[in-house]
Amino acid sequence: MKIIACIKQVPDSEAKVKAEDGKVTWGDAPLVINPFDEYAVEGALQQKEALGGTVTALCIGPESARDALKHALAMGADDAVLVSDAALTELDTVGAARVLAAAINKIGGADMIVFGRQTLDNGAGLTPAQTARVLGWPMLGLAGQIKVDGGSVTVERVIEEGRQTVNAKLPAVLSVVQSIGEPRYPSFMGIRKASKATIPVWSLTDVNTAASAPIISRVELMNPPMQEKEVEMITGESPAEIADKLADKILAEKVL
Amino acid sequence: MKTFVYIDHFKGEVQPASWEALGLAKSFGTAVVLVFGTGTDEITKAAFEYGADEVIVVDDSALTDYRAEPYASTLSALASSSTPDLILFPATARTRELAAMSAVDLNTGVLTDVAKFEMNSDPSTALRMVATRPIYEGKVLEKTVCSGKPVMATIPGRAFPKPERVAGKTGTLTKAAAKTDALTTVQGYSASESAVNLGDAGVIVSGGRGVSNNPSLTPPAGMDEKQAEIWRAQQGFALITDLAVLLGGAVGASRAAVDGGYVTYAHQVGQTGKVVAPDLYIACGISGAIQHLVGMRNSKVIVAINKDADAPVFKQARYGVVGDLFQIIPALTEAMKKKLGK
Repeated sequence: MKIIACIKQVPDSEAKVKAEDGKVTWGDAPLVINPFDEYAVEGALQQKEALGGTVTALCIGPESARDALKHALAMGADDAVLVSDAALTELDTVGAARVLAAAINKIGGADMIVFGRQTLDNGAGLTPAQTARVLGWPMLGLAGQIKVDGGSVTVERVIEEGRQTVNAKLPAVLSVVQSIGEPRYPSFMGIRKASKATIPVWSLTDVNTAASAPIISRVELMNPPMQEKEVEMITGESPAEIADKLADKILAEKVL
Repeated sequence: MKTFVYIDHFKGEVQPASWEALGLAKSFGTAVVLVFGTGTDEITKAAFEYGADEVIVVDDSALTDYRAEPYASTLSALASSSTPDLILFPATARTRELAAMSAVDLNTGVLTDVAKFEMNSDPSTALRMVATRPIYEGKVLEKTVCSGKPVMATIPGRAFPKPERVAGKTGTLTKAAAKTDALTTVQGYSASESAVNLGDAGVIVSGGRGVSNNPSLTPPAGMDEKQAEIWRAQQGFALITDLAVLLGGAVGASRAAVDGGYVTYAHQVGQTGKVVAPDLYIACGISGAIQHLVGMRNSKVIVAINKDADAPVFKQARYGVVGDLFQIIPALTEAMKKKLGK
């Protein structure tokens, strides 16, 4: 099994992200592997353990994104590739999907591509399905369980209405959700291996593609208005009295 | 301006934000509704009654189960021949895939989770449609434009008003052919024990870390510390569920509660979870991390119940109670029961 886990680097989820002078800033908060993508790496490693093979971590990003790839290596990925190019600063999701597909081809294809469900930064969650579409491979989204049997893969999709079992022939593109299992912590050996690893950096020319003009573009950034509201504190002698007053207040709002 | 409105349904059950998308489309001009699947007569009827000018029905056994590839190909073919200016989708797991793939086919883009649309004076140019959407888990908002045509956009539940349904209203019914390029097979389905649909809920009662913090409960023997914590939290969430059920609402949770293993990820509000906007939001034992507040602050009325009078959640609340949720919640459920005559 040749598996590619696609990851991205994002500001830590605890970061105080805000819009400042037309840019997104996050102070001195660290950049980390997108938390959802840790599940992608975990899912890929589980399949490698079950079936043998290799896991390659693939990332588009600036040089600093090496750290996210090193995290994947420390978790147990066999190798990593960074696609980095000055022409990639304004990438939208369709553009990212085309670059990923080109990089996947350059790697020599795979049996399975695994994504996290979405990234913390853009949050659109479109790239997995768009990469599948560009490659012409089946898309198995939101997988909570993966089972490979010969040349086919069966996943349990976690959707709004419940769980759905869906099957496709390999190669396929998957996105995974948290039920895949908690991402393993990097081991001491893994960290040592990752620190020594050389991560190839490919330009767009290296993957035989060119940057397309973004179709989706940002025209303005704003901080959401966080007005403090005037809170009315409900007090009373007993929980029953407080509850009674609160219930009256809620009913008077006519929201039920 | 002509807008396609994709109706997302699962086994005939329509995601309510589909109708909200239809209302939005009508406010822009002509609304053409797309209904894919089999046995969808009721949906078609509803679409006309909610205001569709035209309904395109693609009734084919190849589309009985939603599968991304044939749905996307069918949509792309219809969009290529009928050239809408905009395609609107309710934001769901299915439409995220479907819109994503179709955007590749049509060489356009998808604006996801759009909270607001602004139209410039010349709506004939796609670039003039400016969409506001959350990024970085809602910590920042961006205004974006799509230079492709059609513009594609998904809208979250309750972001736009639901149009009025007028019984007996009809319009043009068109039948179209399906694409049948399925690459996947649906082998089974099991409904979740408790379907969680926070996006469309009118009332949400949410619990946080505080829900596990009831020292008066003695967990069954043999549990380790973590198991005992989860057990305690589950007793707390049972109280929250009672209140939610009584008010016809859904159960939400903070990230701390989800990470603690008290409830499943589907319940999570804010952060990496969902942005919700119910009419009534009751936060129990949630201190109010920024991501959670961003996720729920558009609720009409927010009630916060917390032991800590300094909890940030009170700054977003209309009503606050400083107290023990294990006493206040059951008392509130009782009081509501009486007052609602239930």
